[in-house]
Amino acid sequence: MTIRDVLEIVDGKVLTGEKYLDTTVQTACGSDLMSDVLAFVKESAVLITGLINPHVVRTSEMLDITCIVFSRGKQPSEEILEMADEIGITIISSPLTTYTACGELYMRGLPGSKPKAVKTAEGA
Amino acid sequence: MAILLERSFPVAAGAYTTAGEASTTIKRTLKQLGVNTEVLRHVSVACYEVELNLVIHSLGGTLTLLVDPEKVTLISKDVGPGIPDIEKAMTEGFSTANEEARTLGFGAGMGLPNMKRNATGFDIQSEMGVGTTITMTFALA
Repeated sequence: MTIRDVLEIVDGKVLTGEKYLDTTVQTACGSDLMSDVLAFVKESAVLITGLINPHVVRTSEMLDITCIVFSRGKQPSEEILEMADEIGITIISSPLTTYTACGELYMRGLPGSKPKAVKTAEGA
Repeated sequence: MAILLERSFPVAAGAYTTAGEASTTIKRTLKQLGVNTEVLRHVSVACYEVELNLVIHSLGGTLTLLVDPEKVTLISKDVGPGIPDIEKAMTEGFSTANEEARTLGFGAGMGLPNMKRNATGFDIQSEMGVGTTITMTFALA
């Protein structure tokens, strides 16, 4: 699905990165623990989180996460939006809780990132 | 092996606000050099983890990036306090991170194992009262 689909499914608002709405996303991850996100997320992923600080964007940049959905209608600061804009990450604010947003996306076919226990020769 | 690029970044203890800036610069630098996406992601994740560790746990240190035609090398060298039990520190879930780090979403005890998982080569040396040096290599081919 595309970021535009994600936006509709989570009933969200785009706060920055409108021009990337047609980008395809392949997996998603719902977590407030950036340590966990760093440990298993793959590229072309959406991150759904209730945690709001600049490290969410920085973590996303390191992992090539293309879209962040802040749940429960949380509003990130200008600093966070500017960082995301500079990197080219779409930020969406959704009124849904993290659990519900993840559930809706999963139900419509967006799978979770699988834990990478061992290094594999993936995605050539 | 001929070094194509060498850059060092000082990382201050407790600098939570700027934590990750060195990793951002390193990622962008390597991207400009044309390092492939997969390798770049492994380097970026390990680099960010090690930079966070310097901020959270060390008394300050330096992150050094070396690039040669075959690999990317990251060296994190701090001035203490040292890790009393490396084996324990390498265990997933073991963490001595403070509340501030946890509030930001870190300190889950995944850092060192995650670095090892992402790097091609991983070495950690630590001496109490002297410091810790972590050397990671990432094959480019």
